[in-house]
Amino acid sequence: MTSNVNDKHGWKSLPMGAVLLDAGSSVKYKTGDWRAFKPIVDKEKCVNCLLCWIYCPDSAIIRREKWVDVNYDHCKGCGICATECPTKAIEMMEEQK
Amino acid sequence: MTIVGLTGDEAIAYAVKQSKVDIVAAYPITPQTIIVERFSKYVADGEVHTGYVCVESEHSALSASIGASLTGARVFTATASQGLALMHEMLYIASGLRCPIVMGVANRALSAPINIHGDHSDMMGSRDSGWVQIYAENAQEAYDWTLIAFKIAEDKDVQLPVAVNVDGFVISHCMEGVDVLEDGAVDKFLHERKPLFTVDPEKPITVGALCFTDYYFEFKRQQVEAMLNVPAVLDRVGKEYAGITGRNYSFLDTFGMEDAQAAIICLGSTAGTAREVARKLRAQGKKVGVVKLWLYRPFPTEEVSAALKHVKAVAVLDRAISFGAPYGALCSDVVSALHTVKESPKIFNVIYGLGGRDIQPSDIELVFNEALETAKTGVVKEKTMFLGVRE
Repeated sequence: MTSNVNDKHGWKSLPMGAVLLDAGSSVKYKTGDWRAFKPIVDKEKCVNCLLCWIYCPDSAIIRREKWVDVNYDHCKGCGICATECPTKAIEMMEEQK
Repeated sequence: MTIVGLTGDEAIAYAVKQSKVDIVAAYPITPQTIIVERFSKYVADGEVHTGYVCVESEHSALSASIGASLTGARVFTATASQGLALMHEMLYIASGLRCPIVMGVANRALSAPINIHGDHSDMMGSRDSGWVQIYAENAQEAYDWTLIAFKIAEDKDVQLPVAVNVDGFVISHCMEGVDVLEDGAVDKFLHERKPLFTVDPEKPITVGALCFTDYYFEFKRQQVEAMLNVPAVLDRVGKEYAGITGRNYSFLDTFGMEDAQAAIICLGSTAGTAREVARKLRAQGKKVGVVKLWLYRPFPTEEVSAALKHVKAVAVLDRAISFGAPYGALCSDVVSALHTVKESPKIFNVIYGLGGRDIQPSDIELVFNEALETAKTGVVKEKTMFLGVRE
């Protein structure tokens, strides 16, 4: 994120007061590397109830036809999906880096 | 010319009414209460079309003000003492989000022990919050500065919140004849706010986004630049206001400084007392002068230096303590302003008037005599003098 801070815009060319003039820009900000635990979905157990999709604070659950996947670019690994899953289809596994 | 009998608080409320503010969000606290109480009467009587937001605390008052300001509204709020302390977190958000809110502050001591009377501890505790800070000497100045404050705050090169300070009770509650402008003249001076951006559902933007190590510093640097732009804007706006009213406002005001050997520099109502005493002493042949600082943030370093560098001794009056610091806040700034001057005057600090302790002409005379003695001997006897405290 801060690997080369000198390549970014200086104060003279940034919008006043840190305003973001384009909406929806948080998708560009990849928070996946914050994760300590990674949700792993067991497709056999998943009943596609979408409770995880509703509860996910980062909109990181991807809807598929019969199960869900996780957007690991944005999932911070909070584990709410695993806690809410009624069929215990999501397991939080420690990240190996 | 229309002269109206107004207290300092009422004078601010009257100026806010003429400024056609869109939103006032405020919570009552002595000695500020009358500002928003009087203004709420204007709202209730249909004299203004302002949205008046009653909130449950000062933290909420400023939060609501910030939200309203971001929509492009002209916003006013007011507070004092504990209320300002409770706003502290939001003060930085108002300046960081570049909200040109104007706030009346009726300066009052901070607890503990609890006290409702005037000193500058409240605003001095927030002096680094990124607000432009102005100190008025009387109700007339409170009225004038409130009108000027909106124009400075909303200038495209500034876009910062402005606090107009009045001494609790001494100004806030004392009635004076105030020369007010006709509504039409205010309309001509203060146009509708032109926001640089607004929160608008049709064209969404994000304010208050996360800003980490890679961007935060740049936005603080922008705020520094906005502060640096204030003097030029104040100079222009002050001249325009003088053209309408004949009353000149700038960074500071001086009395007797053309030949003074010893000077007092201070903020707010004390300047009036100091000027009166200086007039008397000058009639006795004592060369004393007074510098009254109107603009405290940004600190007019060059102007303070120019005003004081020719005198031999300066007494800096602080109506607040900066515990553990070398001097009170104003004195530290004055010392900084003069440190590059070759033969800098001898400077000493006078802490006075805490918790509303009255400052009499005899107290000021004592300070002038001390400063004259310092000018003669070149020796500062006491670096910090606690004026009027019992041993």
